[in-house]
Amino acid sequence: MTIPRRQKVALVGNPNSGKSSLFNQLTGLKQKIGNFPGVTVEKRSGLTSLADGSKLEIIDLPGIYSIYPRSLDERIVSEILLNHHAPTTPEKVVVIADATNLKRGLLLLSQIVDIGLPTILALNMMDLVARAGISYDIKALSRKLGIPVVPINARMGIGLDELKKAIASPVSATAKPIFDIWDETKAPVSELRESLGIDNDYEAYQFLEQPQSLKFLSKKEQQIVDEVRNRHQFFPGKFQGAETIQRYSFIQDLLNEVTLKQTDFSWKNYSRKIDKVLTHKFWGYALFFGLLFLIFQAIFAWATVPMDMIDVLFSDLSRYLHVVLPEGPLTSLLAEGIVPGMGGIIIFVPQIAILFAFISILEESGYMARVVFLMDKLMRRFGLNGKSVVPLMSGVACAIPAIMATRTIDNWKERTITIFVTPLMSCSARLPVFTILIALIVPDQKALGFFNLQGLALMGLYLLGFLAALGSAWVMKQIIRVRERSFLIMELPTYRVPRWSNVGYTIVEKTKAFVLEAGKVIMAISIILWVLASYGPGDKLANARETVLAESESLRLTEQGLEDRIAAYKLENSYAGVIGKALEPAIRPLGYDWKIGIALITSFAAREVFVGTMATIYSIGSADIDDDATIKSRMKEEVNPDTGGPRFTPAVGFSLLVFYLFAMQCMSTIAVVYRETGGWKWPLLQLLYMTALAYVSAWVVYQVFS
Amino acid sequence: MLRTGTTYIFALFKFNLNKIMVQHPRNVSEMRPGDVGIIAGFTDEYLSVKLMEMGCLPGIPVRFNFRAPFGDPVCISVSGYELSLRLEEAATISILN
Repeated sequence: MTIPRRQKVALVGNPNSGKSSLFNQLTGLKQKIGNFPGVTVEKRSGLTSLADGSKLEIIDLPGIYSIYPRSLDERIVSEILLNHHAPTTPEKVVVIADATNLKRGLLLLSQIVDIGLPTILALNMMDLVARAGISYDIKALSRKLGIPVVPINARMGIGLDELKKAIASPVSATAKPIFDIWDETKAPVSELRESLGIDNDYEAYQFLEQPQSLKFLSKKEQQIVDEVRNRHQFFPGKFQGAETIQRYSFIQDLLNEVTLKQTDFSWKNYSRKIDKVLTHKFWGYALFFGLLFLIFQAIFAWATVPMDMIDVLFSDLSRYLHVVLPEGPLTSLLAEGIVPGMGGIIIFVPQIAILFAFISILEESGYMARVVFLMDKLMRRFGLNGKSVVPLMSGVACAIPAIMATRTIDNWKERTITIFVTPLMSCSARLPVFTILIALIVPDQKALGFFNLQGLALMGLYLLGFLAALGSAWVMKQIIRVRERSFLIMELPTYRVPRWSNVGYTIVEKTKAFVLEAGKVIMAISIILWVLASYGPGDKLANARETVLAESESLRLTEQGLEDRIAAYKLENSYAGVIGKALEPAIRPLGYDWKIGIALITSFAAREVFVGTMATIYSIGSADIDDDATIKSRMKEEVNPDTGGPRFTPAVGFSLLVFYLFAMQCMSTIAVVYRETGGWKWPLLQLLYMTALAYVSAWVVYQVFS
Repeated sequence: MLRTGTTYIFALFKFNLNKIMVQHPRNVSEMRPGDVGIIAGFTDEYLSVKLMEMGCLPGIPVRFNFRAPFGDPVCISVSGYELSLRLEEAATISILN
């Protein structure tokens, strides 16, 4: 007996039509995030139970306005829907439409119906429709379209049972298309249908119209499509405008018949009033920057408490493992490699959660579109787009979700530039490095009575990162020459109170993605680092204890002091130490020695490793690792043998700060840029550029200050 | 005196003539907040496809709502919702008035 395949239902709709609300209502917490096969677009799917107890898989597709894609994540929708007979293809499609703006939703619906997939129309926001005094003849609408139509209110979860019932009952594709393909295109379409065995005219027509969306076809099939297209001189896009007009004229007729009462949109007036303030010359920007300040404050002040707790938890766990488990390389790998590695990932969860709470509230309320509206003109001067604001803002917490957020930018050049400069924004991983170095070199004093100098230095670094991002973007704008046009045709949705459960789902989803995606890389690297720092050439490490004992006999060290010295000796002679020494000639012009060199190498994987490495190098026993004051005082005492003065002079400190500000020291970012740009060209260019920028700026800073 | 008069009138006429000849159909980028017009057509084929998908269709009324603080982008009402677009994009939508 074979188990019947679980039915798949795809959720399609315009942006702001309430699609994610409906998805969350249907699936609850039974969601999972994966990737669509072969592409990097995130796939959200989840299970929903029907009345008879059986389960359905719901797939949430990115929001689109039409079957003709404009941006990367829109293309996935046409690819999924056009690929009829693959096992991944949904059996049914639910199109969700904003009933207060039905015309545009019906355009998309009519295209999907014509592709020949069984379709159900969910009319959302019926509460607002009622308030606006509109009333639709749902039965007539269903009859005219030839598909089931279900009125729902996705925010409140009203009408879901009826929708599930409609999904459960057999739905067939409509026989008669809403839009008949043009006479001129009938010949190539029927030829293509015959040679590839395509079910209906409009689907074949889409094959001809969308050469970029046919990656699911085999090479040979693609060749056939190209051949037919060439033979009949079919130019993709030629009839697209005319098709839209024809579909809208059908929709207008339809709406005239099914609308029982005329629209009164005066309820939208409150949105206009809010816009008077939020897009105001002065108040618009004042509020936006105030909001940014609040978000910064939240990320850096509120997140500290849980972050400290996580930090303590993992170092305790590490120490506990040392105590409980028998000594040996495996225990050491677990306690010094894997557990701190995991801690290094989990510690960012509070900041990422807080950031995405804000971003999702701003998006849910409709304010984010206004931010794009406010910033577009400014950003365009730098080769960016109004939509680049969100990635740049997110970059302050972490570049990984920030780079994933660039998918909404339609224009290739603007998207690439945004990806390229986002890692220059100071992410939260730089914060521990900044904190300890600033504490070391900037006096804890007040300037002009109330500005804390250390705080000013920190703010200066964030500002410098932002300016470097804008400057680099401007330079790239001059270099990259493409003919692709940039546009910003964007809906300004009506303001709404955010739906809190949607905010919650976004937080869970983004945090999960970060922990899994970045986690894998950070984990692997911390194991490699552990190996590099624990093993070395020859038998020097094996004899470390004896060597150190012999050297320090006359010093009368305490037990702890001796252990510290052994640890430092081990690190010096490990592979990491060897590499650090090999690196020394290259970093001497910046004022660094081989010990800082080790930190630079270990930070290459993830920059926050700096503090831990410093702690190990300056032979602080593992017991004190989270005590910054101790690391700080040890670093302060470190003597530069060449000068006899302290190693961390202001010149070295500032040079290091600038280096960490600009250098691409994050494997996860490189990995995500590789994924998002689909090749090694951009991540390697970025690595090269940022390293050069960091090196040169650090050198200049060192020369100026010393 | 007469000559100056004729020149003046001629100049005036020519000026007006120029104005008539140079005058192009008004487009959305030239509207002021609160203005309402009817979409007549588009001057850019590539953008027209996107604009029509978003509900900017010939014959549909469009209301100009407001501009962003630096004058660009602009916000219009069309087909029952608010749409924002850049000035250069708004300039491709011709209107009747």
